[in-house]
Amino acid sequence: MGETKRCPGCTGKDPFLEELCKKYEPIKDNLIQMLNEVQEHYGYVPTKAQQALSDYLKVPMAEIYGVITFYSRFTLKPKGKYNVAVCLGTACFVKGSQKIMDRLKERLKIEAGETTKDGKFSIEETRCVGACGLAPVFTVNGEVYGKATVQKLDQVLDELGEKE
Amino acid sequence: MKTLEEINKIREEKRKELDLRVNTKADTREKHILVCHGTGCTSSKSPKILENFRKIIEEKKIENVRVIMTGCFGLCAKGPIVIIRPEDTFYSNVTPDDCEEIIQTHIIEGKTVDRLLCKDIDGKIVNSLDELNFYKKQKRIALKNCGVINPECIDEYIAFDGYKALEKVLKSMTPDEVIDILNKSGLRGRGGAGFPTGKKWSFTKGYQADQKYVVCNADEGDPGAFMDRSILEGDPHSVLESMIIAGYTIGASKGYIYVRAEYPIAVKRFQKAIDQAREYGILGKNIFDSGFDFDVEVRLGAGAFVCGEETALLESIEGKRGQPRVKPPFPAECGLWGKPTLINNVETYANITRIILEGADWYSSIGTETSKGTKVFALGGNVNNIGLVEVPMGTTLREIVFDIGGGIPNNRSFKAAQTGGPSGGCIPSEHLDTPIDYESLKQIGSMMGSGGLIVMDDTKCMPSLAKFYLDFTVSESCGKCTPCRIGTKRMHEILEKICNGQGTLEDLDKLEKLAVNIQRGSVCGLGQSAPNPVISTLKYFRDEFVEHVVDKNCRTLECKALSKIVINKEKCKGCGLCQKNCPVNAIEGAAREIRYINQDKCIKCGTCLTKCPFHAIGN
Repeated sequence: MGETKRCPGCTGKDPFLEELCKKYEPIKDNLIQMLNEVQEHYGYVPTKAQQALSDYLKVPMAEIYGVITFYSRFTLKPKGKYNVAVCLGTACFVKGSQKIMDRLKERLKIEAGETTKDGKFSIEETRCVGACGLAPVFTVNGEVYGKATVQKLDQVLDELGEKE
Repeated sequence: MKTLEEINKIREEKRKELDLRVNTKADTREKHILVCHGTGCTSSKSPKILENFRKIIEEKKIENVRVIMTGCFGLCAKGPIVIIRPEDTFYSNVTPDDCEEIIQTHIIEGKTVDRLLCKDIDGKIVNSLDELNFYKKQKRIALKNCGVINPECIDEYIAFDGYKALEKVLKSMTPDEVIDILNKSGLRGRGGAGFPTGKKWSFTKGYQADQKYVVCNADEGDPGAFMDRSILEGDPHSVLESMIIAGYTIGASKGYIYVRAEYPIAVKRFQKAIDQAREYGILGKNIFDSGFDFDVEVRLGAGAFVCGEETALLESIEGKRGQPRVKPPFPAECGLWGKPTLINNVETYANITRIILEGADWYSSIGTETSKGTKVFALGGNVNNIGLVEVPMGTTLREIVFDIGGGIPNNRSFKAAQTGGPSGGCIPSEHLDTPIDYESLKQIGSMMGSGGLIVMDDTKCMPSLAKFYLDFTVSESCGKCTPCRIGTKRMHEILEKICNGQGTLEDLDKLEKLAVNIQRGSVCGLGQSAPNPVISTLKYFRDEFVEHVVDKNCRTLECKALSKIVINKEKCKGCGLCQKNCPVNAIEGAAREIRYINQDKCIKCGTCLTKCPFHAIGN
């Protein structure tokens, strides 16, 4: 059993991927489960992880790419140091979250899903973070800022901009 | 491992101990401080509140007081919420700094902290939960335990009749009897389509196979809906128990729950519930000595709306892109890995234990002729009491929005309510008195959906809203069917044109034509219902669309290309508040003089409108 469970793509190179392959059986059904852990760990799905999963689960790279691009949680590019996510769920939308998104794009001069050149900020569109009572909401690295306004966003961005 | 006797003993002892949670006259010297740990309150620092309470109690060496985390109380707008039992005192908008005062004044001195008591919409201060208008018309079946028990403690669930339904089923009922009760109860699927649950179970039971599966659909994709999440966060065992009952009934030994990875708290609590149930021998081999084996695994979704469609969900559990399969064959015959599979929604499962215990007659006495029981709605948008409500079927929209929801904030008026999320439709004020059930919602061009209910006031632009929903379906269409993949994109383009002031009357006809073709030409529910928001807004708010294309005017200022914010020279007093608050410095003019807006800089955020004390700013 030990032999078949080894992951040829990563053995000895990346302790995280090696551990991951120990945790799951090498069957195709586990692909999404494993990708979720990869995304959680790196903040994106790097090529080396795709290669490792492809070798381990015996799934072609193209198919893995297909799965990654299908699900919005998986990304192929690293996120910024501060990932600013604006909730565009309906409850936040009717309370004006689009204005916050527009302002964010304008300030950072990037589109949703992109990262600034210095790697400091990235923008994400999310659909409902579950804090509808606080709508509109944006989050920075998971921390929720409720009852948001354009001014509040500016203030948070200013503070983060000054930080290293 | 626990024997049935041991579990019954836990129930008896725990129930006595926890009587004060449901009985304000409980004979006890203990007090329980309940702190809401749903996602909403957690986002506003309720874990810190819990920590502070525990620290202070330890420091002051106070006895007979316990601090407990619970699921959602429902009234998210007033979060974080703290309730003290048995007296049932309801504190709202509590901050971590308030803990000291609550302990000192309430617990030690025995007085209420008046400034933290919740104010009802009419301004009346309420002492306890039941006094709030928000709860008066509600009936809690699926949410029975939410806010009462600690969701991470199986003993507390057992105390309130937990796993009693499972015992009843395994010890005294045949699978056919279970199906019979469900049929008689009239329970219909709460995921949106409303298929009779008993029928579904009986179909799946009817197919012979070496392996069958039970699946729970917790991929709540409707943005703005959080019913399923709250049930999983507040009462995970009730869903688990019903899944085991389902396994016994249809002859499955394995279950999966497919939860969105975006719901970390729900995932964690459900996993904990599974672990605890395994430890007690409620999951695993030979459950309650009945010879029946069952186990459940959690599978995480990865952010694809279409995976809420049952066959796409199955594909996703199998590790593939979540593209729906062509039906028939239905999952009842050929589901997960080609085996007969029963798929139900979280809320459906949450109803089943109560139906088994209280009987079909009790359940079918609630609701309307065709829709029985209750429905949980996530009430959001422009309404005062944002939160989670559970009402008997047949309750009117007016009751939900105005009596329970407390009406529209800021003295605005009701414009429309949207049920069913991106698959549903907008309901205008003339249909406010429609009793909510599966059939009547369909009749007025919307649908029950999973339970998102978004209220909109008169500042909302309907073409923009339709565009918003289409934007959602465009990015969530899986791409399998051309009418859905390309058709929704074309519809979105047309709506964009309209909102930019380049639309024509012909475009409105085109939208209607496209809508019909997309509905007819798509395999799954996503495509078939994607045009609904457009069709319903066009039907009820056509004049607003016409205004956009003919008059090139957006009355709500939401469509920037069609609106211009100006300062009324006669009303402006030169106070400069607008200038001070403008985030982009678009307002110019010297001190104490009339201000004007530089249109090149203005981003039409509307801040100045809300800040002007003289109502001098408008479009």
